[in-house]
Amino acid sequence: MFRKVTLAVAVGAAFVAPVPAIGADDAEVRNIRDEIKDLKEGYETRIRQLEQRLEQTEQRPASAPAQSAPASANAFNPAISLILGGQFSNLQRDPATYQIGGFIPGEGEIGPGSRSFNLGESELTVSANIDPYLSGYFVMSVNSENEVEVEESFVQNTGTIPGVTVKFGRMLSGFGYLNEIHAHAWDFVDAPLVHQAFFGGQLKEDGIQARWLAPTPMFVELGVETGRGSAFPGSERNKNGANSGMIFAHLGDDVGISNSYRVGASYRATRAQDRTYDDVNSIGTPVINAFTGDSKIWGVDFVWKWAPNGNTVDRNFKFQAEYLRRKEDGTLAFDTTGANLSDAYRSSQSGWYVQGAYQFMPRWRVGLRYEELNSGNPDIGLVNSGALTAADFPRLAQNDPKRTTAMIDFSPSEFSRFRLQFARDEARFNEADNQVFLQYIMSLGTHGAHKF
Amino acid sequence: MNRWATFAGAMALCAVCSPAFAAVNIFACLPEWAALATELGGDKVSVYQASNALQDPHRIEARPSLVARMRSADLAICTGAELEIGWLPVLLQTAGNQKVQPGQPGFIAAAEFVDRLEVPTRLDRAEGDIHPAGNPHVQLDPHNIAKVGLVLTQRLEQIDAGNAAYYESRSKDFQGRWGQAISRWEKDAAPLKGLRIVPYHKDSVYLIKWLGLVEVMNIEPKPGIPPSAGHLSELVGRLKGGAADVVARSAYQDPKAATSLAEKTNIPVVELPYTVGGTPGAKDLFGLFDDSISRLKAVKR
Repeated sequence: MFRKVTLAVAVGAAFVAPVPAIGADDAEVRNIRDEIKDLKEGYETRIRQLEQRLEQTEQRPASAPAQSAPASANAFNPAISLILGGQFSNLQRDPATYQIGGFIPGEGEIGPGSRSFNLGESELTVSANIDPYLSGYFVMSVNSENEVEVEESFVQNTGTIPGVTVKFGRMLSGFGYLNEIHAHAWDFVDAPLVHQAFFGGQLKEDGIQARWLAPTPMFVELGVETGRGSAFPGSERNKNGANSGMIFAHLGDDVGISNSYRVGASYRATRAQDRTYDDVNSIGTPVINAFTGDSKIWGVDFVWKWAPNGNTVDRNFKFQAEYLRRKEDGTLAFDTTGANLSDAYRSSQSGWYVQGAYQFMPRWRVGLRYEELNSGNPDIGLVNSGALTAADFPRLAQNDPKRTTAMIDFSPSEFSRFRLQFARDEARFNEADNQVFLQYIMSLGTHGAHKF
Repeated sequence: MNRWATFAGAMALCAVCSPAFAAVNIFACLPEWAALATELGGDKVSVYQASNALQDPHRIEARPSLVARMRSADLAICTGAELEIGWLPVLLQTAGNQKVQPGQPGFIAAAEFVDRLEVPTRLDRAEGDIHPAGNPHVQLDPHNIAKVGLVLTQRLEQIDAGNAAYYESRSKDFQGRWGQAISRWEKDAAPLKGLRIVPYHKDSVYLIKWLGLVEVMNIEPKPGIPPSAGHLSELVGRLKGGAADVVARSAYQDPKAATSLAEKTNIPVVELPYTVGGTPGAKDLFGLFDDSISRLKAVKR
């Protein structure tokens, strides 16, 4: 209303101004009258336009949020999203006896978890641009035991050097394909056995990662990563400098409009210092053993996605496979709190999985995964020299774990998912475990974007 | 060794050849913006269209090929208003390209430059997949295309100043032809005023408002939620007895729900192109509106 009044005053002033012209000849008066008329009409049109615009703005107050003043300091709140997850597990065998036979166990998420109802990890993600150069990303998880963990917390720059993206802080390592993807976006409830055996679940690195994307129409990415290397299969070493190093490369492209793929290769080297694990000796007494030495892993990964005409809404298929091989070379100490014998240790172990997930109609998907590990026969110096027998290292006996998993999931919307999964898990020595999971994954807050 | 040398050679060649000859590499998230960029940029630009008309714009995969194309783009033009939120952020964060980051002259979120409809007053996911900035399917009002065209021309002149006069004259030419086309369409579509329409998704609201149609309801119960069998039979009940004139679906949507609804209610169904390439007639931006209007007129009883 105030604007209308101001305008009226302005128009009034325009009419008053020419008054001193009285007394001039007729032609001049006519001219002035015409001018005034023009002026008046011009103002009237403008007022009409302004009134219309005012009416329009009054009718839709919410449509121009950008023009309203920021309500408070909260206007700069970062994007926040929360994942709620949980499952009901029915496990044939006692999960306390779970082991991936033939492999030195790491700390971390190994095995199917506990029986009955379980609250999964609740995951809080906060992210925002920090300034024109950097963005920050923070993921905190709270597990069912009320333990809080910083899953990821990194700062990222993309493009200051063309094609280069740098991350530093704590991040999911760029090794392979699945490791970088958050658990809530996985196609199955749990990580493949090979990830559990070689990384203790998901490999996180406190360090720095740099990737360079080639300026080519085909996707060609090279990356390096280095860091503290304290996570299994490395260990905390109280040492200056970088304790792990990794290189990786990815290639990817489309094949027609319906298909696309990515292949990758990764190599990572780290060192472990007194990395302990529990075992029993040949007469069944618990002992603590420790490995010290180099741990090197290489792997290849492959993802293929199909959707008719590239439209993923109705039907789509995703095929994914990874192969990993780990070599450990160093010394193995037996019964560190007792006999404390130590000699050389060498192992070369491998594992792979293949999986497919097919969305056969909107909201519904089925999936199948098959995986195998090969423990090989580790070269244990203490056994070779005759100081001990193979029976003193029961966890390191030769074993080829296998697992077959099938799942069906239903997503009422993009933000919710329910999943039923069956697995026949033959990771233990000579013992199969039938596992049933009923899982839910819910996503609140900011709409997440998903990687390929 | 030989193979590696060939590979490295091919890579080097790729880096030099392909789109590098054109002055400006444009990454267009959606077909309508690719078409607009071609109209305005002519042979001074090389346009990469990231998706096609048969793909749901909300649900494009952040494919490696898209990341690679975003890497070498000088300008990215997308709809914004969170339409591409499921995939565009991944491309922007991993492409290592400062030129196309939001806030730079090389990034255009088209929806920012038009009056958006259906800005929600209540933000709650219980309402389905709603967009806080309003309905993002802005390309179906030709006035919006004209506005975004002006922005795109201004950005092209900024990025590629050497060819500013070229862009200016192309823009004048396009805006002139486009203005005439709008008058023609508005005259042509006058009989459609008041047509009661049931679109599958809320993706035609700009077309509906522009042509004065009436959106009776949507086949989706809430945006982004596919209709269940129960919901469809409820719709049949509500639409029987002539509550609507036409059921519509866009080219990228599965025809099943719309077809079965149309059959059960005896209401004609129309397939709308939604964007450039959605139907054989929608070859370019002009064809998009020509075809949309003629398809609607064909089913009007």
